Amino acid sequence: MSLITVERKVLETNNAIAEENRQKLHDKKIFSVNMVSSPGAGKTSIIEKTVLNLKEKVKIGFIVGDLQTSLDAERIDKLGIPSVQIVTNGACHLDASLVKNAYKELSELDIEFLIIENVGNLVCTAEYDLGEDLKIVVSSVTEGDDKPLKYPIIFRKSFGLIVNKTDLLPYLNSSIEVLRKNALSVNPKLQVFETSCTTGAGIDEWCNWIMEKTKQVK
Amino acid sequence: MHEVSIARNIIEIVNSYLPATNNVSVKSVKVKVGAFTSILPDALRFGYEVLTCGTNLQDSILDILEVSLKVKCNICGSISGGEPSFLYCHSCGSHDVEIIEGTELNVSEIEIFN
Repeated sequence: MSLITVERKVLETNNAIAEENRQKLHDKKIFSVNMVSSPGAGKTSIIEKTVLNLKEKVKIGFIVGDLQTSLDAERIDKLGIPSVQIVTNGACHLDASLVKNAYKELSELDIEFLIIENVGNLVCTAEYDLGEDLKIVVSSVTEGDDKPLKYPIIFRKSFGLIVNKTDLLPYLNSSIEVLRKNALSVNPKLQVFETSCTTGAGIDEWCNWIMEKTKQVK
Repeated sequence: MHEVSIARNIIEIVNSYLPATNNVSVKSVKVKVGAFTSILPDALRFGYEVLTCGTNLQDSILDILEVSLKVKCNICGSISGGEPSFLYCHSCGSHDVEIIEGTELNVSEIEIFN
């Protein structure tokens, strides 16, 4: 019997490709975000609003992952933004290699801000670095205010939190204050935004922040 | 159910240590899984068993060492244990803590029959 000491990170291959992606995006001075949420929290709607708000000010590219269909890419494509759909065929998260291949389709274009929309999932997406600058988690008020405590890892690893669908608060028992408190208890550094894609509330503040970040990378 | 892809990564790492020329039999593969990862040990064992079935690793055991969460307080410097949903310093109560243990997801040892 013999023992081989290994001590290697299981995700080392993914992490190495993620670093390659990060380097490539930095070389081109592109600011990138990886948007994660549970299904139906409103990621694509927020991205639509973001694109409409910013497309005259900054050159945007879009990569989206879904288990099936290219419906999300079609929604953003309609807004005149170069979009690449990754169909994961059942895989519950994007990984760095999928993003690397998708980015090849955008690499010749002049892009300043890259939005990567992950598969709707708060568990598996937490483990995979894609090479993005920042992870943004979206949590809608209709999901209840305890999501940060139920899925602490993704909230801890995110830089920003968008609390979406705030226009529905009058009809719900969940509290935005409790949601914020729970999120900050898991990650006190979280930058919190409150948005409604129906009324447009909070979208300007989020977009201004994106503009600032994009300028910093330039 | 990303544990299946995680199991695939583990198998690739193990195979990279085995000589391609002769049939080495692996007894066990030790992995460390931190409490602050999104990995379910039972699902990982299941994924490993399914993926190794009919391969050179069929009879090997995936030995999972679960690593507890440990945080260090940025305010008072104390070290505490805890649960992933409740990250705070047990001495002063601050939530401003760094995770110092519990994020591991490593292949640590491979035991082989000579």
